[in-house]
This record gives sequence, structure tokens and C-alpha cells, in this order.
Amino acid sequence: MAYRSSTLVPPSVLLVDDEASFVETLSKRIAKRNLKVSSALSGLEALDKLKAGGGTSKFDVVILDVKMPGMDGLETLAAIKQKHPNMEVIMLTGHATVESAIEGMKAGAFDYLMKPCDIDLLLAKIDRAVVKKREHEEKIVQARAQMIALKRGV
Amino acid sequence: MTVDTFQESHEQSKTRNLVLTVMLVAGLPLLFIGFIILQQFGDAYHNKITDHLTVLVRKHSRTIDNFLIDRLGDIRVLARSHTIEEFADQDFLTKNLAILREEYGGVFVDLGLIAPNGVQQAYSGPFSLDRADYAGAVWFSETQQSQYYISDVFTGLRGSPHFIVAVKIPWKDQGWILRATVDFNAFNDLVSNIRIGTTGVAFILNRAGELQTKPQFEVDSRSGPHRNFLNANLEVDKVLIEENQDTFGPELIFAVTPLNNGRWILIFQQEVSDAFAAWNTTKMIAVFLFLFWGAIVALFTYFMSRRMTLRIEEVIIQKDKMSDQVVEAGRLASIGELAAGIAHEINNPVAIMVEEAGWIQDLLAEDNPTTPDNLSEIERAVAQIKTQGGRCKEITHKLLSFARKTDPTIKQIDLNEMIREMITLVDQKTRYASVQIETQMDPDLPPFWASATELQQVILNLLNNSVDAMTSSGGIIRISTQTSDGQIILTIADNGIGIAEANLARIFDPFYTTKPVGQGTGLGLSICYGIIKKLGGDIQVQSAKGRGTTFTISLPAAQDKTGGREIDSGSITDHHKALAETHKEE
Repeated sequence: MAYRSSTLVPPSVLLVDDEASFVETLSKRIAKRNLKVSSALSGLEALDKLKAGGGTSKFDVVILDVKMPGMDGLETLAAIKQKHPNMEVIMLTGHATVESAIEGMKAGAFDYLMKPCDIDLLLAKIDRAVVKKREHEEKIVQARAQMIALKRGV
Repeated sequence: MTVDTFQESHEQSKTRNLVLTVMLVAGLPLLFIGFIILQQFGDAYHNKITDHLTVLVRKHSRTIDNFLIDRLGDIRVLARSHTIEEFADQDFLTKNLAILREEYGGVFVDLGLIAPNGVQQAYSGPFSLDRADYAGAVWFSETQQSQYYISDVFTGLRGSPHFIVAVKIPWKDQGWILRATVDFNAFNDLVSNIRIGTTGVAFILNRAGELQTKPQFEVDSRSGPHRNFLNANLEVDKVLIEENQDTFGPELIFAVTPLNNGRWILIFQQEVSDAFAAWNTTKMIAVFLFLFWGAIVALFTYFMSRRMTLRIEEVIIQKDKMSDQVVEAGRLASIGELAAGIAHEINNPVAIMVEEAGWIQDLLAEDNPTTPDNLSEIERAVAQIKTQGGRCKEITHKLLSFARKTDPTIKQIDLNEMIREMITLVDQKTRYASVQIETQMDPDLPPFWASATELQQVILNLLNNSVDAMTSSGGIIRISTQTSDGQIILTIADNGIGIAEANLARIFDPFYTTKPVGQGTGLGLSICYGIIKKLGGDIQVQSAKGRGTTFTISLPAAQDKTGGREIDSGSITDHHKALAETHKEE
């Protein structure tokens, strides 16, 4: 496939949607582009998988449908951001729920996409999200190192 | 009776009532005031006429009395100024008669001297009454007894009406009498000059009821209404006014006063209609004016009322038209609400189809796309696209079946089936709102006729409301159908936020909504109310804040099919009525 990740390590994606067929096919297409993909059919399942992953290390980006029965996209987003503040989230939305997507952006989502979405656009956004996340993590590591260095230096 | 004639007569009776009311309110006080003023004026006018008659008759009675006293005085002076010997001289009498006639304008006709035995001794006058014997005459004996005498009018020996003024001259112990005859015409003129109007006439009667003057026209002196006055105790110088209904003739007014020391009566009589001619004219004019203006007011009121009634009818028709539009608008609003949910519902299968197509493209882009694995994968993807396409079709068909223009045709309705259909329509909405729907249907509902699209609208509206009433944690909607007393009872109960008691009374009002601006038209429940009332049913609501709301609809089950058809014939009009009713009850 034409896609080339900007990062050395391929990004790991968690896809959350209540439509099993959708999740299944989209997962296959993402996997075909050499990304690591897991899927969840509800908000709760997504949180479980993130928890099992043990912090931020296993997944880089969560792709989250806004409208789901039970725990909806916005609630799931809030829970993710609370437990995993560094996790980047891309919202998937239908026309009728663009407002919810914007709500999501305010609540800390990285970006949003309208369903049905172009796979290349989705991958580009995932890529950017991963870059941002990795940079962010690097800064934290550097800051910590600097702090330690400062402590020792003094 | 057709609808048209019914409306026509209804309109007419409205106009008539309006006209009658205005006429009564405007006319009664006018009639009352007019009557009182007329009455007062009538009394005043009556008094005026009476006073006028009194004055007139009194004045004339004095003139007549004075005339009689003056004539008697003339003769008395003459009698005392001369001796019997002088009077016995024919030439002397002639000379004195000439003087009297000269002085009094021919009032005295003749002059005579009558001896105590009743034989005329001397005479001067136009008749040859020399030596006439008056011994048997009433006036002769009367004069002998009193000093002087004025006789009644009589024809006497000469054959023409006259009366006598006689004075007794005592001479040599015997009573001689100087007698003068007064011209009847001269006296008569005094009375006949009293004339008022066309029927007013005056005359003098003696107590025997004999005419003393010649009235202008025939008066039945003896048997007429005057009889009553003949024996009346009349006071001198007082005028008696009396109105009397003659047995045969017209109503008369009388003014009566005594004359000649009560021996004669002066009677003035006039027909009441003549005496009060001016009054009657006034009355006529008043009545005419009243009727004339009454007619004008009536006409005016009639046309005004008619215009008003027509205008009101027009407004009602316009309102009915608007009610129709409101129903249609409400339906479109329901569709709009549905559309938001359905757009999302349709978006999901579309997304899957796009992804499957993309997946096929991915596979075909491989270097060797025709591996058995790839082919079976493509096959699976195509099957999935077909499945999802079918899902889309189902959704659009559901929406289209509802979005058809309202069809008022009355059909037999399977209420349970219709409820199930409507539940599938809100399926997506309930799923995302975590709402469960429980149904408890009576499978043996009696047959029932209604417009399917209208009833669908009612059920869908109530379902939508119930789902909207749920909190974010979801809830349960319980729908049940049952039969009770020939009525089909449909209840839709939710355990949502409920309706505040203050709002409960207004929820069926059009345009009443508690939803934010732009999210609810406030028409849904008012349209439900209109539709159910039109079907002869009833819709009721029970609600407790925080515990949920229950709508109960009762619909009359048709006895047979013709029962249902009857609704059909009056469908549109009844619909308007029911809606108009809804508006009125606010």
C-alpha cells in the first residue's frame, strides 16, 4: 500500500464502533496498511482494552464513534481522557451529530471525521495524531531527564 | 337536511337574533320615553283645551246674561218713566219702539201694553196683534206673580220664534204689563257665533230640553246626551266640562253653564276628535316618526348584522383552512424529527458499504489479486454490500410510507399492527436513548375504522414524546391495547421526567411547548387531540413530575361497517369542527 508511516514504530490503533461489520472491514483495511489494529464494539469494551493495555504503551490512537447505544462517544471520550490523558482520540460522526464531534474536540479529541470516511484521510489523521503523541511523550521524557540533570548538577 | 341549508339557516337565525337584540335594546327605551312624553303632552294638551273651553263658555254666558239683563233693564226703565195713559197711546208706543230700535239696532221687534185682564191695550210693531188676548199665556201669569219676566223662546200667536221681556206696572191696584219682543235672530247670533273647529257648536236649552237658539246644525236636544244636564245642579258662573260617549255618534266633549238664573243652560259641544285634532295630529306624527325610524334602524341593523355574520362565517372558514394547514405542518414537523434519526440510521449501512467497497479495491490493488483467499473475501464483501443496501431500502421505505400526504380515507385499522409499525419507526431513536418498549396487546380488538395516516401520526407523536421525556439513563415505555365497554383503550406510559402540574392543563393547546425554540412546534399534541376528537374518541393524560406520563386514548369501536362509513361522509367537516373545538376550549 502507498501509506508510509512518519514514525519508525507502526502506530497501534483501537477502533470503537457498535456496528460489527463496519469495525471488521475497517480493521482489515487499516491492518493491510501495516498498522496494528484492535477493535471494541462499545465504550466499556474500549476502556477495558485500554486498561488491559496498561497505560498508554499499547495503543497510540483511539478511533471513536460518537453515537453508540449505552455509553456514547462523548462519555467514552471523557473516561479515556481521565484515565489516559496522553491518549489521542479521533471522533467518527454522522451528519446529524457534527455538534457532538465539536463537543468532543472541546473535550480534548484530536480531530474528527465524517462517516463514511476516506481511508487515506483517516490514516493521515492517525499519522498526525501519532506524531503529536510521540513528540509529546518525548518532551515529557526530556523534561524528566532535565529535571534529574538539574537536581544532580546542583 | 344538507350541510349547506343547515349552515344557511343557522346563519339566518344568528342574523335574526342579532337584529332582535339590537332592536329590543335600542327600541324599548325609545318606545318607553316616547310613550311617557306623549302621555304627558296629551294630559297637558287636554288641560289646555278644557281651560280654553271653560274660558270661552264662561265669557259667552256672561255676555248672554248681560244681554238679557240689559234688555230687561231697558224695558224696566221705560216702564217706570211713563204712565199707563201714555203707554196706552199707540203713537207713544210707536215713537218709543223707534227709539229702542234705533238705540239697540233692531233688537226689539214690537212693544205692547197688556191690561190686567190679559187683553192687549196698545201695540206697536210689524204684526197686527191689536186687542190680542194673552190671559192664558204662561208669561202673562208669571209676570203677574213676579215683577218681571224673560220668557223661553216660543212661536206664539205670530208663528215665528221670539221671546218676551215683560215688566209689571202696578196702577190702581192692578198689574198692567209692558211687554217687548226681542228679535230671535239678534239673540241667536250671540250663541251661534261661538264656533270652534268644524264640529264645535253652542246652543241654549231650557230645563225642559227645548232649544232656545237655532244651532248651526241639527241637535237632538231631547234624547241626546244633553239630557243629563237638564236636571243637573249647575252653579252659576261655573263651567262643567264633560266628555261623553254618545251611544251612536262620535265621542263628544261638553262645556255646560247655567244662564238666565238657571232657567236655561248654555251647552257647547264638540267632537273629541275635532277638539283634540292638533293632539291627534301630533300623535300621528309621533307614531309615524317612530315607525319610520324604527324601520330605518331595523334595516340598518339587519344589513350590519348580516355583514357581521357573513364576516364571522368567513373567518371560521379561514380558520378551518388554517387548521388543515396546521395539521399538515405538524405532520411535516414529525417527519423532520424522524429524519434526523433516520439519517443516522441510514448512515451506518452506507459507511459499511463504502468500507467494503474500499476493501475490495484494496484487494484488487494487490500484485496478484486473484488468489482464492482474495476471491472469497471479495465475495463476502459484495454479499455484505448487498445486505447493507437492503437495510437502507427498508429504512427509506419506512420513512416514505409515513411521509405520504395525509390520506383521510377511512379504512379498517389493525391497531396492534399499526403500533408495531410505529415502534420500528422509532427503533433507532429508542436504541440510542436506551429506551425499552414493552407491549401488551389485546389480540381480539374489535374492528375499527379510521384514517390510517392520521392515526399513525397520533401514535408516532406520542411515542416520540415519550422517548424525548426520558432522562439520559433511559427508561421503559409500556404500550397496551384493550377493550372496555365497546371502547378500544390504548395507553402509552413512560417513566420519564413527567409534566409539571401547571403545564398539564395546557399540553393540548396549539403552539404550547416546553422544548427550546426551534426544537418543537407545540403542535403535536393539539393535532393528536383534534384527530382523536374527530374519531369520536377521547385522549387523556396523567402525569407525575419525575415519575412519568401516561396518555390514554379511548376510541369507539364500530358496531358494523356502515357505522364506520358514516364517519367517512362527514370526515373533513368534522375534522374542522373538532379542531375549531380545540381552539375554542382554550
